[in-house]
Amino acid sequence: MLPAELLEEGQHLMAVCNSCRYCEGFCAVWQSMETRSIFEEKDLNYLANLCHNCSECYYSCQYSPPHEFAINPPKTFARLRAYTYELYAWPRPMATAFHKNGLKVTLLMVLILVAVMSSASFLLGGRLFMTVHDGNFYKIVPHMVMSVAFAVVGTFSALALLIGFLRFWRNVGESHSTLASPGAIATAAKDIFTLVNLDNGGDGCSYPKEKSSEALKWFHHATFYGFLSCFIATTLGAFYYFVLGQHGAPAFTSLPVIFGTIGGLGLIVGPIGLWIMMQRRNEEIVDKSQNGMDLSFIVLLVAISISGLLLLVLRQTAAMGSLLLIHLSFVMTLFLSMPYGRFVHGIYRSGALLKWSLERSRQKKVKAPA
Amino acid sequence: MKHLEKSMSDLSGFDVLVVGGGNAGLAAALSAIEGGAKVLLLESAPEWFRAGNSRHTRDLRCMHDAPTRVMSGAYTEEDFYKDVLSVTQGKTNEHLARMTIRASTECTDWMGSYGVRFQKALGGTLQLGRTNAFFLGGGKAMMNAYYDAAERVGIRVVYNAEVIALNVKDGEFQSVTALIDGVSTEVGAKALVVSSGGFESNLEWLKEAWGPMADNFLIRGTAYNKGKVLRCLLDLGMESISDAKEGHMVAIDGRSPKFDGGIVTRLDCVSLGVVVNNKGERFYDEGEDFWPKRYAIWGRLVAEQPDQVGYSFIDSKAMGKFMPTLFKPYEANTIGDLAQQLKLPVDVVEATIQAYNAAVQPGTFNHEILDDCSTTGLKPAKSHWALKLDKPPYYAYPLKPGLTFTYLGLMVNDRAMVLRKGGERTKNIFAAGEIMAGNILGMGYAAGIGVTIGTVFGRIAGREAAMQALHPKGTSVVVQEVAIHAAR
Repeated sequence: MLPAELLEEGQHLMAVCNSCRYCEGFCAVWQSMETRSIFEEKDLNYLANLCHNCSECYYSCQYSPPHEFAINPPKTFARLRAYTYELYAWPRPMATAFHKNGLKVTLLMVLILVAVMSSASFLLGGRLFMTVHDGNFYKIVPHMVMSVAFAVVGTFSALALLIGFLRFWRNVGESHSTLASPGAIATAAKDIFTLVNLDNGGDGCSYPKEKSSEALKWFHHATFYGFLSCFIATTLGAFYYFVLGQHGAPAFTSLPVIFGTIGGLGLIVGPIGLWIMMQRRNEEIVDKSQNGMDLSFIVLLVAISISGLLLLVLRQTAAMGSLLLIHLSFVMTLFLSMPYGRFVHGIYRSGALLKWSLERSRQKKVKAPA
Repeated sequence: MKHLEKSMSDLSGFDVLVVGGGNAGLAAALSAIEGGAKVLLLESAPEWFRAGNSRHTRDLRCMHDAPTRVMSGAYTEEDFYKDVLSVTQGKTNEHLARMTIRASTECTDWMGSYGVRFQKALGGTLQLGRTNAFFLGGGKAMMNAYYDAAERVGIRVVYNAEVIALNVKDGEFQSVTALIDGVSTEVGAKALVVSSGGFESNLEWLKEAWGPMADNFLIRGTAYNKGKVLRCLLDLGMESISDAKEGHMVAIDGRSPKFDGGIVTRLDCVSLGVVVNNKGERFYDEGEDFWPKRYAIWGRLVAEQPDQVGYSFIDSKAMGKFMPTLFKPYEANTIGDLAQQLKLPVDVVEATIQAYNAAVQPGTFNHEILDDCSTTGLKPAKSHWALKLDKPPYYAYPLKPGLTFTYLGLMVNDRAMVLRKGGERTKNIFAAGEIMAGNILGMGYAAGIGVTIGTVFGRIAGREAAMQALHPKGTSVVVQEVAIHAAR
């Protein structure tokens, strides 16, 4: 259950915003709000996840503090989002993972690193530090071991995210059948890939400070497309191994390496840019209890990228074995923590954009009287 | 804040002093700097509450002969002027009104050049997409853009600076006395632009004008429009325009805050139901005309009722047919229970509603047109949208007069120059915005026209003040421009 105090805060926000509507030109949240007159928990959960946290509305608002109505849309939506992450978590007991998330993810990272390194030195002994002249990882960790470990963890992670998504979808009042809407999916995909809601007609948004800036959009793009590029690299790597039967180290000029390198660079530039902006953002509109979650996700992404790129550069040296294991430990941590950290925002925001896309096609607007 | 630290030491040497930092003030300050002047702006509010009523605006009304990026269709000079005549019932200065209308064509581009953003034409739920251009994010966003621009171009802005006295000799401005962070400071300049708004937040002055009933008025906008500069200038012998009781007063939710409630206090359900006073009696035709054409008179209607309150009663059929409200309505399953909740005389309210229901004639309800649903034999009649209140639950909203702005102001000429009693010009005093809006709006209101007057006269006042400050004997830019527009 949504805590009564947060429900009240959300309903007060909607009462002020829906009778004002000055922000309707900004983003999907306000346009979607205008189609409603009642705001129950499901509506708040949906709108909170539709919010891209750009803060444009906050600075434009004549009712933000110190006005007595004291509304703070970015902060209220951020608090609601944190609540929804726990609500949709699978399996249920894992909801508590969102508390002190930064600490927990860091502990997991250290734990996996220690476990992997110590079992590797136990199993491999001195071979861990041998120089593999062709840079083939599988001479250190057999392909089978790597594939099975990540298939198991990846499947679990994907399942948890999928169940989370379906819980979101039902919670905000949609049924499974409405998912089969290719047109709406295409529109939503466009909104996701372009981040049109952070765009404001090309001006960008009020993040990290009031002055309009496109930095949030571009650093998010670097992160998002970096992630996607790494995903493509991994998929291609599997394709090369299983289908093309290339069991050696991929060449520097091969597609998996090129995608991985581009993705890795994006995942360094993007998250670090987002982190720098986090330091500069307006504390008034931030739910500080989520800082740890943001930071641990950023650290993990950057750690994966740096270790991955080092691994590529040093794969023909004696450091390769250790670097490979460090890198794999970080990736393993990411996979395990993905359903229980900042990553889920992408799942629920995509869901919210899909619902918004469906709503637009349903064209049910509560019109103001003539 | 960093400006304030050094504010005491160096507020001298400015060419143009602008008093009041709303839309008109910023338009004047930016125009004065375009004209090459060094500009100082004093704003009485602290930074967060800056910009007076402009913070609560949303749009401006603009003439255009063809669709623009931000407005649909066409809105010609004649259309616009007809609307001015209609809302003011002829109480306008045609020369100034037409000049404003023609100059309004340039407003959105000029504002845009300083970073003000507009919604795309026909966006959202707006019905005024033809006549009005809407700021992206509303008036506060517009003012944020202006203040950013002011900082960029080097306008000196001082907050918490309330002007309390003016030093004027023979129609020539010398200096003002301002309380800056509470410290009395003398500030001089070569020319003055007053853009400090009306006096709607000065409760004593309102009481002087309206009598004790003013105690029950709510002020929809800023708490900082005290009218001190206006009062000083009138006391110094400037010619006034309009009347202290003229202004824009609407019926708003009676539970709204005393100041600064803004747009969300509006109630759009009057025409869908029945309105009674606190004696339980109806007092005016709720269905006389479309609500946007009538909401401006309902403030005064409610002000004339005992204790300045009214109660709008509707039934379930009306729910969802008007804009959502900030406050939830009172709700009950019978009219009597509802009246009791509102502490109204139950018998009278029940009798009023019964009499109304009995007088309702059959018709086809359509809120989009002046439909044929009316009453017969009822006084006052309800001419349109008269449906029986018979579907529980019933709802009620309390109404109070909400004063938005006042029109008593300074008479100006087409150079925005303040005139002395008898029509003689002052030498270097210019006015823009609400403080002179009464020249064009003797009474009544049309959405967005306040920002139009502020922008047009702000620009003129700023240019003229710069011209006066830098070339005291030069010719006016504006007189030539008016001639050019007239020749088109």
